[in-house]
Amino acid sequence: MYDLAELFYVFAKIGALTFGGGYTMLPLLQKDIVQKYKWTTYEELIDYYAISQCLPGIIAVNTVMLIGHKQKGVPGLLAAALGMIFPSLVIILIISVFIENFMQLEVVTHGFNGIQVAVLTLVINAAIKMWTSGVKDKIGIWIFTISLAVFSFFSFSPIIMVVVSAVCGIIIKERKNTTS
Amino acid sequence: MWNYHKRKEEHNIMIYWQLFYEFFKIGLFSIGGGLATLPFLYELADKYSWFSREMLINMIAISESTPGPIGVNMATNAGYSAGGIGGGIIATLALITPSIFIIMFIVKILDNFKENHFVQGAFYGLRPAVTALIASAAIGIFKIAILNMPLYSTTGNLMDAIQYKQLILFFLLVFATNKFSNIHSVYFIGASAVVGVIFKF
Repeated sequence: MYDLAELFYVFAKIGALTFGGGYTMLPLLQKDIVQKYKWTTYEELIDYYAISQCLPGIIAVNTVMLIGHKQKGVPGLLAAALGMIFPSLVIILIISVFIENFMQLEVVTHGFNGIQVAVLTLVINAAIKMWTSGVKDKIGIWIFTISLAVFSFFSFSPIIMVVVSAVCGIIIKERKNTTS
Repeated sequence: MWNYHKRKEEHNIMIYWQLFYEFFKIGLFSIGGGLATLPFLYELADKYSWFSREMLINMIAISESTPGPIGVNMATNAGYSAGGIGGGIIATLALITPSIFIIMFIVKILDNFKENHFVQGAFYGLRPAVTALIASAAIGIFKIAILNMPLYSTTGNLMDAIQYKQLILFFLLVFATNKFSNIHSVYFIGASAVVGVIFKF
């Protein structure tokens, strides 16, 4: 029981200290999980992170679940996941309650209209980063273009897009392997 | 009075079920981290009256400026808009529920998961499509943040369609975020809020 509480506490602390999750969390994980508690080696941590990127869901949560599972099996996995989401729940719920009361103020509207422009830039940068790491060849450009057109002009569910593109990727790769 | 409360409670429980179902699906199908859940939340904005697309932009700003994984913060935020504090908790738990089962399965085949050719093939197709989903979300935000479609549709004057103050800030931010990529986005968000207040966006 103490071990589970410790897993919860350590990941809640890391969750409360990282902005943005994902790879911004790696240095903190390395310091606490690898150096201080010695729950995994650095190589294992990088492996867990790489695998989590390939899985559905939130990368940071997937990573800590793998660490928690290595420590204490399924209960460890749950303790780690709950620890990771705990700070988000508390902080976001408090902010949401407050913002609702402030939204009517004109100053706040101006502020959020400015923030919208910043968010636009962040989302564009995220798309560019994904493009450079994920679109490698002509087929990739085609998949991107077709997906963008289909998603912009028809109200397709993103779920269908995810499934269809994954299946297309498998078929194209397998055909390439058999012909070469 | 009692009847009213009872009905409200039933209404809430239905929202909780819908939230759980929708966020479970998001947890199961969103791949790529960070803003990967955004296209799914856009779909929810259109499907339910829980929150608008414009409110989603504010949620992104809050999620990027507060600690914790962005996807988790977005779920808590969106869940709260739909069903209060209970809604925020349920949406967040639903989001991570599929991962719990997936991880329990993956640890059994961990060693050769990433090298598996089916997994690599799937990602070969997935990555460009997910990039397109995020790009399409960016176009949606551009329409709300930079353009002024309501004013344009009443005046019919193309010059009214663009909010120039916002456009200038946008160009400055594109330059600044790429030039100073080591500065955390929370500072750009804060600075933009100040600019918005001073120049009355």
